[in-house]
Amino acid sequence: MNKTLIVAKREFLSRVQKKTFLLTTILLPLLIIGLYAAGIYFSVSGNDSFKVIIADPGKFIDDTTNINDATFTYSNQPENEVNQQLTDKKIDGYIFIPENYDPLSKQAITVKSRKAVSFSTQESIQRKFNQLTEQKKLAQLNIDTTLYNQIKSKTKFDWVTVSDDPKQSGKINSGLSYGLGYGMGLFIYFILFIYGSMVMRGVMEEKVSRIAEVIVSSVRPFQLLMGKIIGIGAVGVVQFLIWAILIITLSTVFNMTIGADQVEQLSSVSAEVKETAITSFMKSFESVNVPLLAVCFLFYFLGGYLLYSSLFAAVGCAVNEDPQDAQSLMMPITLPIIFGIIILNKAVSDPYSTISVFGSLFPLTSPIVMMGRLAHGVPMGVTYWELGLSLLFLILGFLFTTWLSGRIYRVGILMYGKKITWKELIKWGFQKNI
Amino acid sequence: MLKVQNLKKYYSTQKAVDDISFEIQPGSIFGLLGPNGAGKTTLIRMITGIIFPDEGQISLNGQPFNAIGDVLQIGYMPEERGLYKKMKIGEQAMYLAQLKGLDKAVAYKNVKTWFERLEMESWWNKKVEDLSKGMGQKLQFVTTVLHEPKLIILDEPFSGLDPVNANLIKDEIYRLSKEGATIIFSTHRMEQVEEICDQIILVNKGKKILDGTVSNVKQQFKQHRFNIATDGELNLNSSHLYEIVQQKQDSALIQLKEGAQPNDVLQSVMQSGNRIIHFSEVLPSLNEIFISLVEATPSARQFQTVND
Repeated sequence: MNKTLIVAKREFLSRVQKKTFLLTTILLPLLIIGLYAAGIYFSVSGNDSFKVIIADPGKFIDDTTNINDATFTYSNQPENEVNQQLTDKKIDGYIFIPENYDPLSKQAITVKSRKAVSFSTQESIQRKFNQLTEQKKLAQLNIDTTLYNQIKSKTKFDWVTVSDDPKQSGKINSGLSYGLGYGMGLFIYFILFIYGSMVMRGVMEEKVSRIAEVIVSSVRPFQLLMGKIIGIGAVGVVQFLIWAILIITLSTVFNMTIGADQVEQLSSVSAEVKETAITSFMKSFESVNVPLLAVCFLFYFLGGYLLYSSLFAAVGCAVNEDPQDAQSLMMPITLPIIFGIIILNKAVSDPYSTISVFGSLFPLTSPIVMMGRLAHGVPMGVTYWELGLSLLFLILGFLFTTWLSGRIYRVGILMYGKKITWKELIKWGFQKNI
Repeated sequence: MLKVQNLKKYYSTQKAVDDISFEIQPGSIFGLLGPNGAGKTTLIRMITGIIFPDEGQISLNGQPFNAIGDVLQIGYMPEERGLYKKMKIGEQAMYLAQLKGLDKAVAYKNVKTWFERLEMESWWNKKVEDLSKGMGQKLQFVTTVLHEPKLIILDEPFSGLDPVNANLIKDEIYRLSKEGATIIFSTHRMEQVEEICDQIILVNKGKKILDGTVSNVKQQFKQHRFNIATDGELNLNSSHLYEIVQQKQDSALIQLKEGAQPNDVLQSVMQSGNRIIHFSEVLPSLNEIFISLVEATPSARQFQTVND
């Protein structure tokens, strides 16, 4: 058997046979999703606990039925009483509507609070107040409410991109493209980090356990390096499969239990609404070229992994026992990955901007950035020749990094006791005689 | 078996190996000696194909050395040696044997044989982290010779071993040598070299400074000193034949003068009425030769600039 494969087999089995493998495989995506969900939850529900009294001693507001909710309470008390409640810390703040208040005058409304008011709370207070005064203003100006609503109604737009390929033309759902592109880019970002550092630790294993010299006397360093990269890559593929199976079974089970009874109840209420929402979503999903996207995703995932894992390996072989050394050496590698995710933000909303085009061609960022552009479809998000060029650059890029880190690895793996800098690593990579 | 010609390896700050040539006969035990930093490891790494020489040739059995093809012929136990800590011992031995190029069945058979021979069968499913240092070393030795190499290179094989296990390994080395394997033994422990090696070379500052069999080298560096012991009091005076180096009540160490023959010395001592029970030449130990040769140079190797 080829020695690269023997090494790959050991790297693969030693990880997959670990008791923690299945556990981390399942827990990792849950952790990531949980982290994001928590982030979104906290940013949305940040102003829950803010209690405001609308103090209206002059009875400016006629219809008080729909005012009270978790945040707002209506009150006829005079200002000094409400103020007392504020100093007694019973409420967080109050809006004082002066007697004989004229909504058409530019008179300012005072909002008093004990603590700083967040931006979103300010917004909701302003929205609430404008809602309350709107009817008053209309009545004062003698404007018919239905007329006013007609003026206010927004024009609907259909965004259609025209393409030479008739199948590709049609409505695009930019929300879907945005989500899809961002999701895939983010996924590759995590992949690069997780498996890259896994390769780095794998490479350190030989040095830390001092077996490097024994191994390189029977295997060429490049075979060892490639064996490690392939073996750990295979672990990644297996984890993918587990996640895919997990998602498919979970969604099937979900559909079977929830779908049967719940949907029926729902459909009677809002059958029409649901119908249109779902069909339009399905239609826009049809506009996504799934096979092309899947193939490209796989390609960029593998290309990005090979490119970065060999760079991480170069760092790993330079580290002795001190993980602190790895931290500083990793900086130049992690920067382009983070840069990639920043460009991705731009690429999902504006795929043809200069920075997006650059990011999707540059091999260190293209695995992440190209996902954002590809989700818009070809050629709406990216032209065919750009895609081809990007793939070519990625292949050239990973050939170059594996060649370079193979050379660095040959020297680094036998180097002990010395703290290495990137300058030296590059020197090892290009020196003539080893 | 192994022939090394004009081997050179220069690093940016050192001439690690500077024009070294030697030849090793098949089946012999060859000692590669030298102080720390003399270039032994670099020399060995070139012989094992880990690094390539700048200049010079290495040939194995008359054929030019091929770093990839000849892996199976060589077993190397470096001084900097370790094992995968989390791996089971049996699997580890199998893995290392397969990396040498053995197929699975042969690897299994060889591992079994060696484990039985060194009474390690019960270790198979244990992890390396459970082993003591000496046990680990035993395992390392086994993994070095598993693939029945023709050339075995051992760098400080006994460091850290207790006398019992050291003897065990020593016996195995003798046995492998008798079965036809050539053994290169790199160390700076001279007493082991005297005991084991047929031929030695001494390397210092990247150059070979001594080459020969152990007895030849000793003859070459002998100082014509003799031990004399008598039954009863020893009556001895320096003469034109010898000088007394050290004298005790019933024994002495003497230094023969230029041209003096041991027979003449013995006769003159006997004429003085001594009853001699012991008379023997004192050959210098390799340790003394080593120190005298190396001591002339600064003990720590200095960095030098290399112009090439």
